[in-house]
Order: sequence, then structure tokens, then C-alpha cells
Amino acid sequence: MEVEEVYSSSELDRKEGKAINELIARSQEPIPDPDQWLDEELKRNILLTSVDALIDWGRRSSMWPVVCFPACCAFEFIATSVSRFDIDRFGMGIIRASPRQADLMITAGTLTWKMAPQVKRIYDQMAEPKWVIAMGACAISGGIFRSSYSVVPGYNRIIPVDVYVPGCPPRPEALIYGIRMLHKKISKMSIAAKGK
Amino acid sequence: MLADYGYIGLFLVVAIFFAVTTLLLPFSLSLPARLVLYFRRLTRYLETHYPFLVRFIPPLPKFPRFMQVVPYNPTPVKSSTFECGMETIGTAWVRFNFRYYFYALVFIALDILVVFLYPWAVELRGLGIFGLIAVVIFIFIIVIGYIYAWKKKVLEWK
Repeated sequence: MEVEEVYSSSELDRKEGKAINELIARSQEPIPDPDQWLDEELKRNILLTSVDALIDWGRRSSMWPVVCFPACCAFEFIATSVSRFDIDRFGMGIIRASPRQADLMITAGTLTWKMAPQVKRIYDQMAEPKWVIAMGACAISGGIFRSSYSVVPGYNRIIPVDVYVPGCPPRPEALIYGIRMLHKKISKMSIAAKGK
Repeated sequence: MLADYGYIGLFLVVAIFFAVTTLLLPFSLSLPARLVLYFRRLTRYLETHYPFLVRFIPPLPKFPRFMQVVPYNPTPVKSSTFECGMETIGTAWVRFNFRYYFYALVFIALDILVVFLYPWAVELRGLGIFGLIAVVIFIFIIVIGYIYAWKKKVLEWK
């Protein structure tokens, strides 16, 4: 990465605006959801399925979420993570502040185009394989702010989303259901299949 | 009886092993380096003569990655040093104005004054006139230092 030296704040604003406009122009179409392995009929032999079962069990039992809570759905996520609903029983109790140590991004909240490059950068820096749960109406489609010029109409414009959890905001039970759906999706993954 | 013969045989084996190891010590110490050298020569030979084979030799330690058990797709963004969402701008080697340090020193002096005033205020009646005199002397010393800093134009930001 080149380090550009920026000293005046107006220059910084201009550069940032240019980068955001480029991002908006690039992300007019939604990124297709990564689910190509779900319908795939693979030739599965007994060795491959055993390895797959072990690896998928390991992957879905220790998903660590990264902090990406731009708006109010974060409170429902906090309610999910603490003792009453307790996502620690899915092995998700450790919410990482660093994208290097996380597999799962729960995008809880409205995303503005100004914030979008940062979220995309955090997603890019997460370790493979990585998953995204779009939580709430704003994360799915922009919600009630969809018609605004500054709001991203759905996270799938900038990052591929695995599971959508509708609601404004979704209840903790809905989020846990989405996590269970993601577990099911992961358990169908195969190391022989393409994608992810 | 049989056991004794067994022990003798074991002793002989150990002795022979010891002698051979001692004799071959210089050779055996250089063995890993030699093996690395041979491996490099073999790799280079194969690279020049059988290029399609080289694809299978180096990835052996990376076997899970080679088998695509572990996904591997690095990008420049992922390999960058900092993991903040923001892009890093400029350099960290910037100069701070030295007046910050003067401010910090004056702040620490007044801060310690407050640290001593609080317990005195809590035990005001118990400490009595002796505590009052001690605190007045303490404040006097600090205020002299403060006025000195003021006269030396530490508080002016130029």
C-alpha cells in the first residue's frame, strides 16, 4: 500500500469524496449471495464426507463476530450476546474488535456511503472463510432510509451476504434463527466444492 | 541366565551406537545442511528439466492449502499492516509543540494539589487547625510555582 501524504483537510475531503463516488459507481448491482454449493450434487465418498463433517463442525462451532454495528440493531445484538439469549452456546461469545480474528460479520444497522469503504475494508481484512449476516431491514435493503441519497441500499451492494434476518430491528430469537440457518448453510459446505 | 545375555547384548548395542555416533559426529552435524543443499540442487535440476514436476514438490508443507481445505486468497488490503477500517494517511513521526509539555507539568502540579485537598476536605473536622495550616502552606508553595510559570509566559500559546 502506498502511503499518500495528505496535509490539508480540504484535500483529504476531495480524495475521500472521489473514492466514495467511485465506490458508488462500482456497486450499482448487488453482489450475488454465495450459495452455489447448496444445490451442487457432488460425488461424495466416505472419506470426503467425514473430512467435510469435521471441518464444517469446526467452522460453525467457533464463529467469532467482528464489530460492525453502525446503528440501532446493535442493541438487539447486544441483547442476543448477553446472558438471557446467550450466543456463547454457539461458540460466538467472543466479539472481536480485530477483523483478523473474526469469521462472521453481523451487519447491524444502516450503512451510509461514507461509511461503506471502511466496512468493505474490514470485510476484506477478515480471515477466510468468512460469512456475513445482514441483520435488520436497513442491512437488507436500506430500510426506511432506502430513498436517501446517502444510504447504501443493502449491504450486498458492497459485500456478499450469506443470511438475511428481516425485522426493524429483529428480535434476538430472529437473529438466533438466522445464526442457525447459517450453521445449516456451513454444514453443507464441502472442501471439494468451488466457492468460498 | 538368558536375561544376563540380553543385558550384554543391549550393552553392546548401546556401545556400538555410542562409538558410531561419536565417530560420525562431524558428519551427522552437517547432515541437515547437506540435505537442504541436496534438496535445493534437486529442485533446481527438476525446475530446469522437468518444469511440470515442480508444481508438486514445494507445496508439500502447505498440504491443506494445496488440497483447498484452507481457502487462500490474499489481497493487498488483507495483507496490509493495519487492521483499522480507515486507510492510513501520512506518517506517525510528527512533531508535537513543546508547549504541550509545559502545560502537562503545570497540570500535574495542580493535579497533586487536588489529590491532597480531597482527603483533607473529607476529614476536615478531625484534622483541625493543624491540617488547615499544612494545607495553606502546601497551596502557598504550589501558587508560587504557578505564578512563576505565569510570569515566564508558559500559559501563553505563541
